Amino acid sequence: MIDLTASEIRDGVRAGKWKAREVVDAHLERIAAVDPKLHAYLHVDADGARAAADRVDASGVKGLLAGVPVAVKDNMCQRGIPTTCASKILEGFRPPYDATALLRALAAGAVPVGHTNLDEFAMGSSTENSAYGPSRNPWDPTRAPGGSSGGSAVSVAARMTPLAFGSDTGGSIRQPAALCGVVGMKPTYGRVSRYGLVAFASSLDQIGPIARTVRDAAMFLQAFAGHDALDSTSAPAEVPDYEKDLEAGVKGLRVGVPKEFFGAGTDPGVRAAIDAALKVLQKQGATLVEMSLPHTDYGIAAYYVIAPCEASSNLARYDGVRFGHRAKSFDGLIDMYRKSRTEGFGEEVRRRILLGTFALSSGYYEAYYKKALQVRRLIKNDFDEAWKKVDVIAGPTSPIPAFKIGEKANDPIAMYLCDVLTVTAPLAGIPGISVPAGFTEGNLPVGLQLLGKEWSEATLLRTARSYERETEFWKRSPAL
Amino acid sequence: MSLPWETVIGLEVHVQLKTRTKLFCGCANKYGADPNTLVCPICLGLPGVLPVLNRQAFALAVRAGVALGCEVANVTKFDRKNYYYPDLPKGYQISQYDRPVNRKGRLEISMPAANKNIGITRVHLEEDAGKLIHPDTEGSSGVSFVDLNRAGVPLVEIVSEPDMRSPDEAHAYLAALKEILQYVDISDCDMEKGSLRCDANVSIRRPGDDKLGVKTEIKNLNSFKSVAKALAYEAARHASIIEGGGKVQQVTLTWDAIAEKTVVLRSKEEAHDYRYFPEPDLVHIQADAAFVERIRQALPEKPAARRDRYVKELGLPAYDAGVLTGDKELAALFDKLRGEGLAPKVASNWVMKHVLAAMNEKKIAATTFTDKTRRIAELAKKVEAKQITGQTGAEIFAWILGTPETASVDEHILKQGLAQVSDAGALEAIVRDVIAKNPKVVADYKSGKPSAVQALVGQVMRETKGKANASVAKDLLVKALEC
Amino acid sequence: MTRHLYPLFSLRMDITRPLVEKVALLARLEIPPADADRVAAQLGRIVTMVETLNKLDTKGVEPLSNPTGLVDAFRSDEPRPSLSRDEALANAPDKVEMFLRVPRVVE
Ligand SMILES: [Mg+2]
Ligand SMILES: [Zn+2]
Repeated sequence: MIDLTASEIRDGVRAGKWKAREVVDAHLERIAAVDPKLHAYLHVDADGARAAADRVDASGVKGLLAGVPVAVKDNMCQRGIPTTCASKILEGFRPPYDATALLRALAAGAVPVGHTNLDEFAMGSSTENSAYGPSRNPWDPTRAPGGSSGGSAVSVAARMTPLAFGSDTGGSIRQPAALCGVVGMKPTYGRVSRYGLVAFASSLDQIGPIARTVRDAAMFLQAFAGHDALDSTSAPAEVPDYEKDLEAGVKGLRVGVPKEFFGAGTDPGVRAAIDAALKVLQKQGATLVEMSLPHTDYGIAAYYVIAPCEASSNLARYDGVRFGHRAKSFDGLIDMYRKSRTEGFGEEVRRRILLGTFALSSGYYEAYYKKALQVRRLIKNDFDEAWKKVDVIAGPTSPIPAFKIGEKANDPIAMYLCDVLTVTAPLAGIPGISVPAGFTEGNLPVGLQLLGKEWSEATLLRTARSYERETEFWKRSPAL
Repeated sequence: MSLPWETVIGLEVHVQLKTRTKLFCGCANKYGADPNTLVCPICLGLPGVLPVLNRQAFALAVRAGVALGCEVANVTKFDRKNYYYPDLPKGYQISQYDRPVNRKGRLEISMPAANKNIGITRVHLEEDAGKLIHPDTEGSSGVSFVDLNRAGVPLVEIVSEPDMRSPDEAHAYLAALKEILQYVDISDCDMEKGSLRCDANVSIRRPGDDKLGVKTEIKNLNSFKSVAKALAYEAARHASIIEGGGKVQQVTLTWDAIAEKTVVLRSKEEAHDYRYFPEPDLVHIQADAAFVERIRQALPEKPAARRDRYVKELGLPAYDAGVLTGDKELAALFDKLRGEGLAPKVASNWVMKHVLAAMNEKKIAATTFTDKTRRIAELAKKVEAKQITGQTGAEIFAWILGTPETASVDEHILKQGLAQVSDAGALEAIVRDVIAKNPKVVADYKSGKPSAVQALVGQVMRETKGKANASVAKDLLVKALEC
Repeated sequence: MTRHLYPLFSLRMDITRPLVEKVALLARLEIPPADADRVAAQLGRIVTMVETLNKLDTKGVEPLSNPTGLVDAFRSDEPRPSLSRDEALANAPDKVEMFLRVPRVVE
C-alpha cells in the first residue's frame, strides 16, 4: 500500500477498493518502521490521522485527495498541533488556526499524518539546522536530504507518505526533492496562499507540492492553489486544470539551456544525468536552445541580502511576550528580549538576523538592500528576455548530489552556494519544478530543474511528465 | 537684556480613524472593552498570519487628506517600521515611509492678528500599538501589563511643516485640526480616550534667521493644555541654554504634567534605527482620480466655509453663525429646522436660545434634538403667528424634549388650554373685571397718563395665566376706558 | 564546492566587533564575548560575498522589492470574531489574569 501513488490511493478510496483508514494505518506503520533511521518527522499525529481517515470513510463526498496521507512541513500552522519551525523558540506553540493551503487539502480529503523536519525557520539547504537534529537521506543515511524541506522530501522518498507540503524560498522544495529523488514544485509567487505559512522571507516564500510522480504533484497543487482573501499577495486569477494536458507531450516546445547553469562547480555525475535528460526531451520533439541568463551568478548574493533583511523583520515577533520561549532569568526588558531570542534561535537563524539587520540599518540600506533589489530586477529582466525565445528553461536543480551530513556545517558560504541554481526563480517570482533525472555513479539521485514564466505551472508539469514517462526513475525506491 | 527669540514648532498628530474594524484584521475597533478580548491571530502577530487592508480605513485616510487640501498619491504603499516594544506585537509597525497616501496640504488657523496657513507635510496611514499598564500594587513594581485591544487600530499620522511660531499657534492648529477632522467625520478626536495624540518638535532662532535651530522632540502630549505648556517651557529652556552660552542637544523628551517640565527620554545617540523597508505582505494601492473625486464630493462643508455661507447667504449675525458652526451637530440641527420651513433667523433663535439652554442645563448633546425638529419647527411657527405666547412656547419646548415625536403639539395645546386668547368675547368680561378692581389705575389713565393702561394689561395677563393676546387685551381696555 | 565566481576579496566593508555588537543590540540578540570575533569574521565573509553585487552597474535600475504585480487588495470593514481571551493568551509564557506580563517598561 505504501507503494501506491496518491492518485491510485484516491481512486481506490473513491471506488471503495480500500478504506482511507487502511491506507493511513499502512503509512503510519511505515513511519514507525523507518523514521527512527531517517528522522523526517518532528511530530507524528497518529490519532489525528486515523480520525481524519475515519471522517473521509464516513463522508459521502470523496474529494480530490480523498484518503491520501499527507505530511506537513513544520512551518505550516495547523490548529492545535505543535508547529515549531524546527526551532526551540516555538517549542510547545500550538496555533489557533490552520494554514489556508493545509485547510484546502483537508477539505479535499487529505489525511495529515504529522509535521516534518526542516532547517530552522526554513533557513538552510540540508535540514541540519534543525534544533531537533538532522534528517537523513534515504538513499544514503550518512548524507543530508537537502533542505529546507528535507523532512518532507524524505517522507515521500521513503514511502512514509505519497505527498508532502514543502515551502520554497531559495530552493527549499526543489533542492531536497532533487537530492531525494522525488518531484518538487515551487509555484509562481501568488499562486498559493501564504496564510499560515510561518514567514521566512515574505516576498520569496511559496508553498508547493512534493510527490513521487508528476501527476501526484499536479493533483496536490490543484487541491490547494488559488486566491485567498487572507493573503493580499495571492493572485485572484483562476487556477487551470493541471491534469488536463499532462500527457500532451513536448513536441514543438522550445527548451532553453542556459550556459550559466553548468558552471565549474557542477558535479560530473549531475552533468551527465542532465545532458542525458536534455537528449530525452529533444527526442520527444522539443527544441533545445542554447541561451544565457547573464545575472544567474549574482542570484546568491542578492538572495543573501534580501532574504535575511525580510527575515530579520519577520522574526522580530519572537520576543517571548505573546508566545514562544522566554528566558528564565534576565535583567529588565531589553535583556529579556536578548536572552530569550539568543536562547531560542539557532546559530544560522541568528546569523541571518544579524545580516539582515545590518543590511537594513541606517547607512547601509542603499549599499546592500537597495542594491540587491536592483540586481533582483536584472535577474527578472533576464527571464523576461528569455521567454521571448523559449518556453521553458532546463538545467540541474542542484550542481551537486546529496552531501555528507556535517560536510558543510562550518562553512555557511559553501552551504549557501547549494542554492545557486534555485534562488533565481523565487527572486523573479517564477515557477520551477524538479523531477527525478537518474542517479550518479554513487547511486545518488539527480534532479532536472525546469523553470517557466509566471503562471506556466501547467507547461512545466506537462514537460516534466513527458520526461518522466520516458524515464520512470520514480519507480526506483531506496533500500531501507 | 536678552534679545527676542522666535519659536519654531512642528506637530505630529496621530488620530484614530472611525472604522468598525482594525486596519488589517476583523477585530472590532472599539474603546473600553475588557483587556485582550478584541484580538485575533493577526493583530496578536502570531506566526504565519498576514495583514489585509481595511478599505474603509484607506478611504478615511484619503478623506483626511482631501479635507486638509493634500495631494493624494495615485500609488501608495506600506512599509515596515522596525523596533521592539511589548505593545508592538510583530516587532514592527506597518506604516508608510516614502509614498504616503497624502502630501502637501494646509490648514488655516485664526489668530487675533490675522489668519495663517500651516503647511501639512504628509498624512499617512498606519496601525496603532497596544496599551501598557504599569501597576503600582505591591509586588508589581518590576512588571508592566500588556493589553492588545488597541493594537492594529487604524491611525492617520498628520505631520505639519515647522510653520508655527508660538505655543498659541500650536494650540490653534490643534483646535482647527480637531474641528475639521470631527467635521469630516473621520475621528472623534477625543484626547482623553487617546484617539488624538500629539508629538511636538520645537526649536528657537533669532527673528530673521533662515536656518533652523537644533530641535527637540516632545512625545505623547495628551491634552491641549499640556501642548501649550510644554512648548512654552521647552522654548524657554532652549533660550536659557543658548543665552548661557550652551548648545541645545537634539533629544527626545516627555512632558511631566505634574512637575510641569520636560524630561529627557533618549539622546540622539540612542535614537531608534527603524530600518524601514517595503511591507512585502501588502500590495500597492492605487487611488485613481475618480475615487479621490468621489471622496471630495462627499466631503461635508468645512466649518469656516459654512460660517461664511450662514452670514452671506442666510443673513445670520456673525455671532450666531460662529456659535452654530462651532458644533457640527448644532449646525446640522439648524439646517434641519430650516428644512422644516423656518426662516434662518427664527431657526437660529430657537437653537441659540432654547436648544443651547437645554444642552447646558441637562448636559445633553445636540443630537438629542435631531428627531424633534418637526415639532420644534411647528412650535416656532405658532409663536411667530402669535397663536401662543413666547412664555408658553418655552414650556411646550420643554414638553417636546420629554415626549416622543409622535406626540402632537396641537393636541397638547388643546388639552392644556395653552392657546393664546385673542377672542374679544372671551376677554371682555375679564377686562371689565380688571377695570372694576383697579379704580386708582383707571383714575391715573383718565387724568392723562396713557401708559397706565400697561398695568391693566398686566393684570389681564395675570388673570389669564399669560394666555391672553396682549394687544387684543390692550385694545379692549382702551375701548372700555374711553367710553 | 567553491564557485569560480567568488574569489576571496579582502574585506571591503570592515565588519568589526563594535559594529556587530551594535547590530546585535538592534536585533535584540546577544553575542557572548568569546564568540564575537568569530561571528564578526563570519559575517565579514558573507558581506564580502554579497559585495560581488558591486561589480554590476545598477544606475537607474528600478528596485524590485516584490514580484507580485497585484494592486488594490482590500477587505471590507466587517467585524469578524476575535479570539476568546483564553485562546489569545494560551501560548503566552507569562500572563496574569487579563494581561500579558513583561518586565517593567521604563520609557
Ligand atoms: Mg507614527
Ligand atoms: Zn485582530
